[in-house]
Amino acid sequence: MPLVKGGRISKDEFVHLADDAPLPEQANVLVSARRFLEGPETLLQRNGKLAVIWPNSRDLDDLVPYLGRLAAVALVFPTFRDGRAYSQARLLRERHSFRGELRATGQVLRDQFVFMLRAGFDAFEVKKEGDAEAFSQTVKRYSVFYQPTGDGRLAAPHRRLKLRHSESAGL
Amino acid sequence: MYAYDEIDRTLIHERVSEFRDQVKRRLSGELTEDEFKMLRLQNGVYLQLHAYMFRVAIPYGTLSSKQLRRLAHVARRYDRGYGHFTTRQNIQFNWIKLAELPDALADLADVGIHSMQTSGNNTRNVTSDQWAGVAPGELEDPRIWSEILRQYTTLHPEFSFLPRKFKFAITASAHDRAAIKIHDIGLRLYKNEQGETGFEVLVGGGLGRTPFIAKTIRPFVHGRDLLSYVEAIMRVYNQYGRRDNIYKARIKILVHELGIEKFAQEVEEEWQQIRDGDLRLDDATIEDIRSRFTYPVYEKLPHMPDELRKAAHDPLFERWRKNSVFPHKAQGYSIVTISLKPVGGPPGDASAEQMDALADLADKYSFGEIRVGHEQNLALPHVARRDLPALWQALHRIGLATPNVNLVSDIIACPGLDYCSLANARSIPIAQELTRRFANHDTADLIGRLHINISGCINACGHHHVGHIGILGVEKNGEEFYQITIGGRADEQAALGTLIGPSVPFHEVADVVEDIVEAYLALRTTPDELFIDTVQRLGVEPFRERVYATR
Repeated sequence: MPLVKGGRISKDEFVHLADDAPLPEQANVLVSARRFLEGPETLLQRNGKLAVIWPNSRDLDDLVPYLGRLAAVALVFPTFRDGRAYSQARLLRERHSFRGELRATGQVLRDQFVFMLRAGFDAFEVKKEGDAEAFSQTVKRYSVFYQPTGDGRLAAPHRRLKLRHSESAGL
Repeated sequence: MYAYDEIDRTLIHERVSEFRDQVKRRLSGELTEDEFKMLRLQNGVYLQLHAYMFRVAIPYGTLSSKQLRRLAHVARRYDRGYGHFTTRQNIQFNWIKLAELPDALADLADVGIHSMQTSGNNTRNVTSDQWAGVAPGELEDPRIWSEILRQYTTLHPEFSFLPRKFKFAITASAHDRAAIKIHDIGLRLYKNEQGETGFEVLVGGGLGRTPFIAKTIRPFVHGRDLLSYVEAIMRVYNQYGRRDNIYKARIKILVHELGIEKFAQEVEEEWQQIRDGDLRLDDATIEDIRSRFTYPVYEKLPHMPDELRKAAHDPLFERWRKNSVFPHKAQGYSIVTISLKPVGGPPGDASAEQMDALADLADKYSFGEIRVGHEQNLALPHVARRDLPALWQALHRIGLATPNVNLVSDIIACPGLDYCSLANARSIPIAQELTRRFANHDTADLIGRLHINISGCINACGHHHVGHIGILGVEKNGEEFYQITIGGRADEQAALGTLIGPSVPFHEVADVVEDIVEAYLALRTTPDELFIDTVQRLGVEPFRERVYATR
């Protein structure tokens, strides 16, 4: 499954670690929420970056205390129809100021890329090769947005006020 | 009318090109039907019994003549020459071809019409009072807020994959014509003691398998906080709404299971975190939207012009005027409701020719504006009273002067088994038969206000629960049967109807309805007591006795 990061297909720097797999010495690892919560300190104190897959049915409260020490959080779309992780993503970015990698996993398809970017995701485990290749084209589909979110894009209300302001200033 | 600006135009065209690409990928097999299904639904495209059905949004029920002509064009060019107006201020085309859909969408986009989110598990078309901006006594034009909500909910990055569909309705009048209490979120605009605009927010209304009347979650939310409060509700719902069972996935079930107090508390906690954030609406933003609405400049006209005085001698004109013409906020003007319920016709249908002709009449007599109401009728919102006789003549010529607005033959019905793949029974032929039974306008007048609603299945698209008489089609051993309720209503006193007796087969429905009406005529105390008031006063029992005594 190709990983898109920084707008390009990239090598995954994390090893996906099964719950019963031995913990490697050095490698950057991605672990399940269950494994993480069984012994967060052991995992956080080793060398190598740590990433956690957080299920979409679980409140973020148990994860929040560790956010500053996590390199990445992966949120899950069990099917593309299940949109809970969009809320989690926005909360992680906008309320808990998470600045690490925010990864979308599961049934991640081309037609969700724009929504995901706007919700704060910046890495995508894309289901289909063709969708991953089309990433940079697809995210250009929209140039205007109605809602302000934490992704930094200027939403319509602010854009309009700016526009009207410059119009009235005769610019 | 709201006029799109460059941002609105850009977005709608970008949406069309995205969908064109999606259709192309479906036709080439790159997308599976399962993957494509949600994408087409988000653009209002259903697969029905015979063909694709295409649902187009008419936000808060406002159309320009140019837009109506374009809908006629779509009916003619891509469909079979007619369209069907729905109970949620949408229009449906029943025979569209998938490969031609992107072109139809592009034609509509040129005049600022879209089909975004008219189906799928997202926020649907924001509906409002079809008399918004012209109704006497209205506090403020609710369409400003409807448009703010339309934009906020369009392609929302967080709420485009909700547990289930989500519907908003707004009213700013004491009499609720937008049926806000049967919506996921209902908003009643009013002003607080300081004279500031805000909303009573209701949540968890809806019909379908498990009908609920919405409950008040907060008695007053200030206008500036509307979007943050709505976002808090939707965030709670997106995270905690049930996804394990499609029939339990609407917000009404979450509200019911948690209880309104607990649900309100969750929303309150969320809201406190975001109410002072980016969603706070400052005056400039609200004014910016308001400034894009244009209003007619009314002339100073007499309430009783000579033309009207003269026409009053014509009993046919008078019958129509008394039935279909309503008071306007400006003196000398009227609101004219156009019944789409001709005797023997399917409720809510209009031909391309009728749409074109009505667009011309709107230009001539109504400042180029047309409205669409949830009763599946249209309206011309600004007709000078001196023009009423001429307008009536013109409407009569195109078959749009049936004087049965709000009467027994003004029936709301879903498409039913004639079109819909979900239906268990036919709706349209029942409606047609009823319009024939009550074709005599004098009888209908005598009966007075009476709303009949028909749904062909439990999904309740015909809002049968809130019909004064509600008819629900069910399937029994492979045959069409109909359950009949009485006493429902969709207005500010919204209530669900009560079953009157055992279900009856197709050919008996009209007889039962006639018997119910006869029972009412016998039971009412005065001719002024409406059907719904008699049911409220007496309950179902006396009706049951009379209607089922011989069955």
